[in-house]
Amino acid sequence: MTTTPETSGNGQIILEARDLKKHFPVTKGLLFSKITGWIKAVDGVSFEVRVGETLGLVGESGCGKSTTAKMLLMLEEPTDGSILFEGEDVHLTTQAKRREYRSSVQAVFQDPWSSLNPRMRVRDLIAEPMVINWDMDRGGVMERVQKLLNDVGLNEYHSNLFPHEFSGGQRQRLAIARALALNPKVIVLDEPVSALDVSIRAQIMNLLKDLQNEYNVSYLLIAHDLATVRYMCTWVAVMYLGQIVELAPVKELFENPLHPYTKALMSAALPSHPDTVQDEMILMGEVPSPLNPPPGCYFHPRCPFAMDRCSVDVTEAKEPSPQHWVSCHLY
Amino acid sequence: MVESATIGEIVLEVEDLRTYFRTRFGTVKAVDGVSFNLRKGETLGIVGESGCGKSVTMLSMMRLVPIPPGRIVSGKIVLDGEDLLQLSEGEMTNIRGSKIALIIQDPMTSLNPVFSIGSQVAEAIKLHHDIPHRSVVDQALEVLRKVNIPAAETRMRDYPHQMSGGMRQRVVGAIGISCEPMVLIADEPTTSLDVTIQAQYLKLLKDIQKESDLSLIFITHDFGIVAKMCDRVAVMYAGRIVEMGSVRDIFNHPSHPYTEALLASVPKMEQDVERLYSIEGQPPTLHDLPEGCPFAPRCPHVMDRCRTEYPPQIDQSETHYASCWRLA
Ligand SMILES: Nc1ncnc2c1ncn2[C@@H]1O[C@H](COP(=O)(O)OP(=O)(O)OP(=O)(O)O)[C@@H](O)[C@H]1O
Ligand SMILES: Nc1ncnc2c1ncn2[C@@H]1O[C@H](COP(=O)(O)OP(=O)(O)OP(=O)(O)O)[C@@H](O)[C@H]1O
Ligand code: SF4
Ligand code: SF4
Ligand SMILES: [Mg+2]
Ligand SMILES: [Mg+2]
Repeated sequence: MTTTPETSGNGQIILEARDLKKHFPVTKGLLFSKITGWIKAVDGVSFEVRVGETLGLVGESGCGKSTTAKMLLMLEEPTDGSILFEGEDVHLTTQAKRREYRSSVQAVFQDPWSSLNPRMRVRDLIAEPMVINWDMDRGGVMERVQKLLNDVGLNEYHSNLFPHEFSGGQRQRLAIARALALNPKVIVLDEPVSALDVSIRAQIMNLLKDLQNEYNVSYLLIAHDLATVRYMCTWVAVMYLGQIVELAPVKELFENPLHPYTKALMSAALPSHPDTVQDEMILMGEVPSPLNPPPGCYFHPRCPFAMDRCSVDVTEAKEPSPQHWVSCHLY
Repeated sequence: MVESATIGEIVLEVEDLRTYFRTRFGTVKAVDGVSFNLRKGETLGIVGESGCGKSVTMLSMMRLVPIPPGRIVSGKIVLDGEDLLQLSEGEMTNIRGSKIALIIQDPMTSLNPVFSIGSQVAEAIKLHHDIPHRSVVDQALEVLRKVNIPAAETRMRDYPHQMSGGMRQRVVGAIGISCEPMVLIADEPTTSLDVTIQAQYLKLLKDIQKESDLSLIFITHDFGIVAKMCDRVAVMYAGRIVEMGSVRDIFNHPSHPYTEALLASVPKMEQDVERLYSIEGQPPTLHDLPEGCPFAPRCPHVMDRCRTEYPPQIDQSETHYASCWRLA
């Protein structure tokens, strides 16, 4: 996965995941001393994020999207694999480099403000990362807070309020302002608009696009909604049960999906017009548990195209057309 | 759109419904003069931004509005020839579930964590049918099978926390349909579901509808659900219906600026969109509505008149109307 699509900016890789894994132990007994199994939340995931571009990560609930994000944010330690930032392995580098990495990669979650101190004023909440990480005087910090609030469409008046005095959409603007505080190079967006109304959603998506154009920041966008992904992303990776099953430039993925799971996701997506013709491909059964993934291709119990070998042989990534990667025995 | 059941006579008629709440900020006019009807086998979608009064409209129809602070100030809700607002609490209890049922927003809170799901479905059936225990259990099993709970005989004994979100949602659906109501209201029934599980669930509701000529009301933020499921659509803004029409009227000829704006702000999966339209500002707070058209502060077509007088309802066709001065 080394070449770039036409849509790319300068195509330089800024962040790279190589065969990342996160296995959570399932414990039992007194003091949880006995490990009875492993949840393979993320099981060998590789991708690249490029400067000024957006990589979308889609897939069903529990497939490991947020766990992947948490590893990139160093909130979870990978069980295996590596994260490269500007070509350097973040777990093997110096303490100072790791600090720099942490401030270069920021995050916006579905409702990050629910976890922040409700008694702090907005200006202090936005200033906090700068106060901790930068040696900057109070005046400079406050000036930057105003600039950031303006960037996200809020103003000075808002800086004196408390988080609960904001609507959901405004809180998401604040979260974006806070994430931008340290001039990050990458922002991980974990379902940033899922909890918002359609109209507010459009405002936030447009804002994110504008900020990307202005600051050339890269995004890793986690989303359920495929239309959101189509609107926002340069590349899309489709995850199923801890693995990436397909990865392609956004247009290619939507116009020529290859993996049966991607096809099922697309046909299950809601239409944008009552006359939209959809080829119904309704999957039966539930997403299997990552505690006990099926043998062979993880998708075979639900796959309408499954062949004999699918329940036996594991799949590996192929590149049937340039820049379009898929893990499926059909290709 | 999924093929619909045959649409028959009117089963439900809501007329000038007003439901207010008394709060410390003043009176919240959550529902302020809502009228619509529903036919047998028909699916009506109700869309609108958060807080516009969708859930309160439905709670009013179920007579489940908390009183106080709430109060149904006026209106009629005629179901199968009977005005629900005139019934005693006891009479209403009999109607709830048997003639009109509600699937509420969050499946976890509508299931009781300490009872098995089988017993909860059975309880719903018992409430409305005077039948022996044995056949209640059989019926509960049948309903669970109907909503595609795999291995229903064994899963019946499970507690809610032992099931996935998708399965819980189906159990709530099972309770909703267990008494074969005439009208089933689904309030954001699929927001917590995965895309593929959501598709299964929506298909299931359509199948049940076809089989039993059920009338459905879908409350949602999501125009995708409307496009897939609904025959007609009501667009709500600030406690009122501002536009109503067939699903094609709404998608092909939206007439109210709010409807237009909502549709334009939804990204599309099938095509590249350079930039989404976005409505500036936010919906008004319902205890402090502006004079005139409540959309005026955000409306790109606002005129002087809009700020002083509420716009009249203007027919666009036999099936389609909108309340906006631009159409007058
Ligand atoms: N700290 C943890 N301990 C044990 N299991 C965990 C932990 N965190 C996540 N998991 C499990 O790992 C799997 C992947 O979870 P993750 O949150 O990454 O999914 P996701 O793709 O973000 O889902 P969603 O779309 O619902 O947010 C799930 O089965 C989850 O239950
Ligand atoms: N118990 C209550 N006390 C006071 N106000 C209430 C109460 N319940 C609802 N409201 C108000 O009534 C209005 C309509 O609320 P409703 O729940 O119907 O919105 P909704 O359209 O269903 O929104 P959502 O899409 O977020 O579910 C809101 O302004 C809400 O604050
Ligand atoms: S490998 Fe087989 S089971 Fe897996 S997605 Fe491809 S065809 Fe389906
Ligand atoms: S009545 Fe006036 S303000 Fe209201 S929607 Fe129509 S044009 Fe806009
Ligand atoms: Mg997640
Ligand atoms: Mg609601």
